[in-house]
Amino acid sequence: MPKQRIAPILWLLFSAGGIVAALMIPVLLALFGVLFPLELVAPPDHAHLLAVIRHPLTRLVLFGTCVLALFHWAHRFKYTLYDGLQLKGLHTAINTFAYGGALLGSAVAAYLLLLLPA
Amino acid sequence: MARSITMQVARYRPDREAEPTMQSYDVPLRKDWAILDGLNHIKDELDGTLSYRWSCRMGICGSCGMTVNGEPKLTCATFLTDYAPGPVRVEPLRNFPVVRDLVVDIGDFMAKLSVVQPWIIRKDEETPDGEYLQTPAELEDYKQFSMCINCMLCYSACPIYGLNEHFLGPAAIALAQRYNLDSRDQGSADRMDALSASTGVWDCTYVGECSTACPKNVDPAGAIQRYKLTAATETLKSFLMPRGGR
Ligand code: SF4
Ligand code: FES
Repeated sequence: MPKQRIAPILWLLFSAGGIVAALMIPVLLALFGVLFPLELVAPPDHAHLLAVIRHPLTRLVLFGTCVLALFHWAHRFKYTLYDGLQLKGLHTAINTFAYGGALLGSAVAAYLLLLLPA
Repeated sequence: MARSITMQVARYRPDREAEPTMQSYDVPLRKDWAILDGLNHIKDELDGTLSYRWSCRMGICGSCGMTVNGEPKLTCATFLTDYAPGPVRVEPLRNFPVVRDLVVDIGDFMAKLSVVQPWIIRKDEETPDGEYLQTPAELEDYKQFSMCINCMLCYSACPIYGLNEHFLGPAAIALAQRYNLDSRDQGSADRMDALSASTGVWDCTYVGECSTACPKNVDPAGAIQRYKLTAATETLKSFLMPRGGR
């Protein structure tokens, strides 16, 4: 039986992504999607928000959230196709699409959040 | 309350028919009767040709697992009155080949059990001088997993095992953890290869049906998740310390 080297790492990324997404995304969505637009909570002024976004730590946290959430998606999507639709025979294509997509998304996130000057 | 209930029982005699069929029997609906009592009534009074497994009648031996109205159940611990007015459908455990009527072939599970070496492994001495002492907290670590009665309801409930018979499966992994987490055991490295293979814990996608089905609250799904963390930590260690990190 082959000892797995990659599966544990992908699973760790999946688990971390699940936790991070569950903690961060509802809060961000509630704030920026509902509470600020409806002015249920006084929105921060533009200059303030820009300063927060420009801070390297904010960018790093947002980048981490994006990468982990993408790898969480890749794992879920892969097994939805494997077991849900029973397409395990297409594993090369599915893995390429899922993890390739997560890598591509991570690269885009890195470009937008880490490289692009604010 | 009605005096009787109809039991629709799966019949399959491979020497006589190509496909399983359902056969209906009316049995007395008594408050204290389990599904198994209904089957025993059929066997004793109505149709002696019906085959099924049972032994203890008290949820201990794990041999009376069947599919009751679509769900895996211990038939000695599932009451007829819960299915009144009926009919109640009794079929063999799913995900296993049927030998005859309600009897399934459990050879695959037996083979998987021995793969995880579910016994205490010691490396240090030949014969112990006395008992291996254990604190109540150390007992608590594995006690839940030691409640397994090998009834295989979890295998019957597991959609992954249904798709892939090579998957080591819920009870075998929970039993491996029963010994891995025992302070007297020194065999976790011996069990690691089977558990961390692709057919081990990594096949599980945490559907959780095994823990729902388990009549003994073993929580095999929890055991598997916990071992995933152990295996992932070991993998990280082996990346950081490629030689002898284990
Ligand atoms: S884990 Fe539960 S369902 Fe599975 S064999 Fe053991 S007692 Fe039965
Ligand atoms: S007959 Fe023993 S568990 Fe049901």
